[in-house]
Amino acid sequence: MTHYLLAVHGPAEMDEFGSYGSKEEMEEAFAATGAFNDTLRADGYWVFAGGLQPVSTATVVDGQGDTPVLTDGPYLETKEALGGFWVIDAPDLDVALRLAAEGSKACRGKVEVRPFDGIA
Amino acid sequence: MQSGTAAVERVFREEYGRLIASLVRRFGDIDLAEEAASEALVVALEKWPDSGVPPNPGGWLTTTAGNRAIDRIRREKQRDAKYKAALMDYDDTAHAPEGPIEDDRLRLLFTCCHPALAAEARIALTLRLLGGLTVAEVARAFLVPETTMAQRITRAKKKIAVAKVPYRVPEAVDLPERLSGVLTVLFLIFNEGYLATGDGDPVRDELTGEAIRLARILRQLLPEEQEVAGLLALLLLTEARRQARLRNGTLVALDEQDRTGWDHTLIAEGHLLVRECLAVNRPGRYQILAAINAVHTDARSAADTDWSQVVTLYDQLTRLDPSPIVALNRAIAVAELDGPCVALALVEELPLTGYHAWHAARAELLRRLGRSAESKAAYDAAIATTQNSAERAYLSRKRGELV
Repeated sequence: MTHYLLAVHGPAEMDEFGSYGSKEEMEEAFAATGAFNDTLRADGYWVFAGGLQPVSTATVVDGQGDTPVLTDGPYLETKEALGGFWVIDAPDLDVALRLAAEGSKACRGKVEVRPFDGIA
Repeated sequence: MQSGTAAVERVFREEYGRLIASLVRRFGDIDLAEEAASEALVVALEKWPDSGVPPNPGGWLTTTAGNRAIDRIRREKQRDAKYKAALMDYDDTAHAPEGPIEDDRLRLLFTCCHPALAAEARIALTLRLLGGLTVAEVARAFLVPETTMAQRITRAKKKIAVAKVPYRVPEAVDLPERLSGVLTVLFLIFNEGYLATGDGDPVRDELTGEAIRLARILRQLLPEEQEVAGLLALLLLTEARRQARLRNGTLVALDEQDRTGWDHTLIAEGHLLVRECLAVNRPGRYQILAAINAVHTDARSAADTDWSQVVTLYDQLTRLDPSPIVALNRAIAVAELDGPCVALALVEELPLTGYHAWHAARAELLRRLGRSAESKAAYDAAIATTQNSAERAYLSRKRGELV
């Protein structure tokens, strides 16, 4: 089994309904994502998942010097940013890609699939 | 001795796909499989010229390469545990069939043509691992420097290993779509050979030959899949015209070809496959293209061609694939049936101004309508959008014939 990150990318700037057009769309996406999460758990692929607050809430910390240097905002200033992710444990890429397609449909976003080099 | 070496290399090349595929199945590692295979070649080159090619060269190579792979695993004990696991699981017997289709080469073909790999990497990996072309040969085939091609192949192999692209024939539900990706790769390999995109050799028969060889293997492995039969028929019927298609470095158009120079053995084989497809009657893109080529290769002369049949087949193809390139080819057939005026109207509306064949078709239709000045300009545009030397020579000749 291999661990894969399924990363959901979306607009860095979000309005009151996140990256969704309306309250209804947002609620539908949440419900579909919840159902998808349940199937991941039931089928044994689930490791961990989460949605992220917008990049405007991020702080970059550089702790390599004597005193940590703090910078407001994301590490990369981009129009698109990581909005949420799943970590799954799957037998091979075909299974990971199939799950990513289901997750993408549920959360209404593109999903990047990347294998982990290792997991602690 | 030289001929002995050449014989060994020929056998090696023929057996390469099967050899690599069985090693990948046993050891789960493409790099290890390639290293072991090339070590087996070294042994064969030492022994076979004196002792002769063994009665079952494929079996000999598989056993020798398998032993080399095990030696390598033992030597490199510091390498990670998966090799040891592979060694413990080591299984020399044919594995139990998991589904209706079972062949190591087929699994490897689906791995090489996996949609998660870049299109150019799929073609390169297929030629390298199943066709047995060297990296230098694959690089030459696609006119890129050898280091670039080596990087492309290495990157794809690393992705296969790290992201765990499976080594398996897709499940029945995914098979049609995945198979279509495999057929695309074989068709692209063939096309690059049949009308090379670069300014080097205009025709590269090593590529057309390789595509046909791989299509034959696929046909053997998936006899029920009519699109495989269709692709093989299409390649055979196209390849059959190769000799007549080039004269003194100039492309010869279908209507000007010496049809006695066609390869009638390939045509007979292609026609048989097309008839088989028609009997099964589950038409697909490649079967229809093959049927169109069957109509052409059935006609004694260009004038004898059953153009209404060709147009009907293009209509059928348009329903499956409503792309402008299909529409362009249909328009060319319409010109023979309804005249150049009708065809030109169809061609004009297609969004293909960057495509040399669109300009060439337009130039030809304008020529037939007596609109010389416009025709010349269209030939110029066609010449400017192709690099293939034989095609440029053909277009220049046609342009020169205009008054």
